[in-house]
Amino acid sequence: MSTGSQPDFEPIVGRYLRLPIAGKPHRLYVEEAGSGIPLLCLHTAGSDSRQYRALFNDTGILERFRVIAFDLPWHGKSSPPAGWHTSEYKLTSRAYVDTILAVADALALDRPAVLGCSIGGRVVLHLALEHARRFRALIGLESGAHADPYYNLDWLYRPDVHGGEMCGALVSGLVAPTAPEADKWETIWHYMQGGPGVFKGDLHYYTSEGDVRDRVARIDTGACPLYLLTGEYDYSCTPDDTRELARHIRGAEVTIMDGLGHFPVSEDPPRFLGYLRPVLSRIAEQSAVPR
Amino acid sequence: MTAAAVNRLGELANADTWLVHRGRFLDVAFLLEVGPAQYLIRIRQGRVEAVETGPLVMPRWTFALRAPAEAWATFWKAVPPPGYNDLIAMAKMRTLEIEGDQHPFMANLRYFKDLLALLRDRSGAHP
Repeated sequence: MSTGSQPDFEPIVGRYLRLPIAGKPHRLYVEEAGSGIPLLCLHTAGSDSRQYRALFNDTGILERFRVIAFDLPWHGKSSPPAGWHTSEYKLTSRAYVDTILAVADALALDRPAVLGCSIGGRVVLHLALEHARRFRALIGLESGAHADPYYNLDWLYRPDVHGGEMCGALVSGLVAPTAPEADKWETIWHYMQGGPGVFKGDLHYYTSEGDVRDRVARIDTGACPLYLLTGEYDYSCTPDDTRELARHIRGAEVTIMDGLGHFPVSEDPPRFLGYLRPVLSRIAEQSAVPR
Repeated sequence: MTAAAVNRLGELANADTWLVHRGRFLDVAFLLEVGPAQYLIRIRQGRVEAVETGPLVMPRWTFALRAPAEAWATFWKAVPPPGYNDLIAMAKMRTLEIEGDQHPFMANLRYFKDLLALLRDRSGAHP
């Protein structure tokens, strides 16, 4: 039955990418839209690329940027690698950086800008330390050099507590109370859908293994600009955590975002895009200057 | 927040059929301390059966939530400021102490967040 109208598709195209990561075959789900400067987006712990739906639908951004997001292995529509069922998932700095570089190489991205939130905001610090010249700019949302765990992570992964309900309920307060209800609950839904132990495994990196406090002073923002934006309602990575990080990095630019929490991209997209657009404009201007 | 307001918790919770439904496997008594004021709250199958106001003699409870009165008053504002908008936020900021057997609290975390948020000021409209 045809109504004669066109289907209301969004501009996003999603595909599955086969690639080796650290020598192991992987199958990752990748979404993209727009054309121009590659902007690689990294989702938060225990979630997936759907968080970036607003960026993928912003005409102004798509005119200048090729926006790309992928689901980390174990997340969203990406598969865990063969053999996943034989051990507990734990994200490490090495695995995270390897995955990002493998995706950038597989897609032949020319010095992409990277936008990462939470664990993604942490890993841009690893990229800045180890691979600054491979990127034209790094944007860390809810970015700190370390995060103290404030609850026992075992609650996230045990058979006598529902993992989806637990993950959703734990992160719900990280959304600012002024966020639109629909976007707040979309954000929480993604958390409720994570696989068993995946959020906990990501937090291994976030609260323990990925601590870069002793190294961040070596970040050279001359090699790659670093923008740090943190929501005022974030109690996981607080505004003070981000200010403390920036205190050690010459040239890092900090913006504290009013009325936003730990998931700015997803919890209140219009408000967040108001903060992101000036940063993207600067990256576009910087990219227009011949190197 | 006055004792009268906490005593209304049963009426507010039991009128919320979706909250009661989500708590249908929950049977627990917990202690809520608002500064020096004590409330023993009994939940059966998601319904608030009783709110007993202190001082309590030898209360039996599974877990306790304790915070200064000012912290709860801030939590119960229509739009609480950062650090007070959520029970876990208050725990992170060390204003809320969660004691005892946390299993029923954590396994039903959304229920308890929503239950205590029922006392939030709804007089001022907010989006």
